[in-house]
Amino acid sequence: MIEVSHLSKRYGDIVAIDDVTFSVDRGQILAFLGPNGAGKTTTMRILTCFMPATSGSATVAGYDIFESPMEIKRRIGYLPENPPVYLEMTVVEYLRFVAKIKGLSGRGIKTGLDSALEKCTLGHVSGRLIGNLSRGYRQRVGLAQALIHNPDVLILDEPTVGLDPKQIIEIRELIKALAGEHTIILSTHILPEATAVSQKVVIINRGKIVAVDSQERLSAQVRKSEKVSFRVRRKEALVPQKILAISGVHQVIPQEADKGEGAYIVESDVGRDIREDLSRTIVTNGWGLLEMKPLVLSLEEVFLELTTQEKDVEAASFSAASHQATEENQ
Amino acid sequence: MRNILTLAGKEMQLYFISPIAYVVATVFLAVSDYIFYSQVQFYSGFSLQARQMQGNLPQLNIHDAVFRPTFLNMSVILLLIMPLLTMRLFAEEKKGHTSELLMTSPLSITEIVMGKFVAVLWIYFLLLVMTLHMPLILSIVTDISWKPLFASYLGLFLMGGVFLSMGLFASALTENQIIAAVISFGILIGLWLIGVSAHNTGETPLGQFANYLSMMDHLDNFVKGLIGTRDLCYFISMTVFGLFLTHRVVESQRWK
Repeated sequence: MIEVSHLSKRYGDIVAIDDVTFSVDRGQILAFLGPNGAGKTTTMRILTCFMPATSGSATVAGYDIFESPMEIKRRIGYLPENPPVYLEMTVVEYLRFVAKIKGLSGRGIKTGLDSALEKCTLGHVSGRLIGNLSRGYRQRVGLAQALIHNPDVLILDEPTVGLDPKQIIEIRELIKALAGEHTIILSTHILPEATAVSQKVVIINRGKIVAVDSQERLSAQVRKSEKVSFRVRRKEALVPQKILAISGVHQVIPQEADKGEGAYIVESDVGRDIREDLSRTIVTNGWGLLEMKPLVLSLEEVFLELTTQEKDVEAASFSAASHQATEENQ
Repeated sequence: MRNILTLAGKEMQLYFISPIAYVVATVFLAVSDYIFYSQVQFYSGFSLQARQMQGNLPQLNIHDAVFRPTFLNMSVILLLIMPLLTMRLFAEEKKGHTSELLMTSPLSITEIVMGKFVAVLWIYFLLLVMTLHMPLILSIVTDISWKPLFASYLGLFLMGGVFLSMGLFASALTENQIIAAVISFGILIGLWLIGVSAHNTGETPLGQFANYLSMMDHLDNFVKGLIGTRDLCYFISMTVFGLFLTHRVVESQRWK
């Protein structure tokens, strides 16, 4: 449904995104995860044809972003970081206007309006001025705006930012309910949010994609082991075996190296520093230690910068769940 | 075309929701009516004097003595208030992030620009219609020649097109409404004053060129009752130029 290949965008000397490649299948939810300023919004703006890329290519719903922007614009719904609403209009007036500029007419406007109001539970505020609505409701109006023409692709830029925990849960449920019918890309800088909502996560940092994978495999990859890489002068068949004998080591992975030399990555238990034992083993065996360094995955760096906890939401979802449970008991 | 009307409808709705259209109309009509009133008073006093002089009547008619100065003064007031009508058109969309909605909807930039222009031109048209009470009141007490009056209104309408397209351009440049208004003041006053300096430079080629660029003489021809292709061309091409610049600016902002 969405194919992005080698997309780059520069603002003068600043590289906003650099060689970004990923794809999303029909009906999937993809989360863009990255700290603030990582290039999430820029990527989304390029995909919505709001701004052109410096290089690379992308297709959305089968259309190229450079060649047929109009066709893409007809098929996407976009919720920017700040909901693009006219504060002086009522919800219905605004949504009717959006329906018209998205190309709906006649009965299409009515059905689109009704279903958007219903999906975003806006029925009871439909006659109110948007300027008088709270942040959460404005966000929902923004979402309704993106949905009104029933687009194939939904692009949501930080859809839950600035909402209270209860609203966050509601919006997430809504987004999950929309998958299948729509292909969705959303961005977030909150790790649990990506887990909660999406099937596929793209982690982006300083404009580059650090990892593309399902959430379970990513976290497994990140915090399972400590890694140390080392290089020795003389490669011997016994090296992996002897190193595996060090306590805490569970894997030795040979790497490519110059002729005769040996290079390995050693994985060990989390929280155990094996460097001292490792160097002793190498020296006593006389392999000739050339280099040794702990591997800090850039993925980990990114994860460290991400908000990895959201206490409020967890608490709220817990209280919501327990509330429901008590109701059920009664 | 349908998109232009949808966009224009939205703009007009926003004009009438906010107080700006009402305030601009009130101030404009109050000042114009005062000018009209003082011209009429001057004219009636003057024609009484002329009657006492018996036979020595100067060439006096109500169009030249009342409407022409009123309309010329009115154009200066318009120059001062029109930027206030146009300043919000693009600046507000950018500030309120709604430009992202317009630019990611299946609308061409021409449609967006024209939608806004049509809306504000319609507001201006209504403003001119509201000044029709002046000739209507005078027509009760005296004979009015309607043809030069029509030419005057056509001239004012076309001149308004230039004011509005320049204002639209200024609004596209910035997201601050006050800056947009100040820039369009600058452009419009520049177009006005270039005529004054043209009169000072006299009949040199540069002077003639400046004279052609200036709005004053072109408007004066219309107000005198002359509809010339030269003046029509001037106003229409200046309007199109302003709209073209606006289109370019909006387009270029995608690339920044």
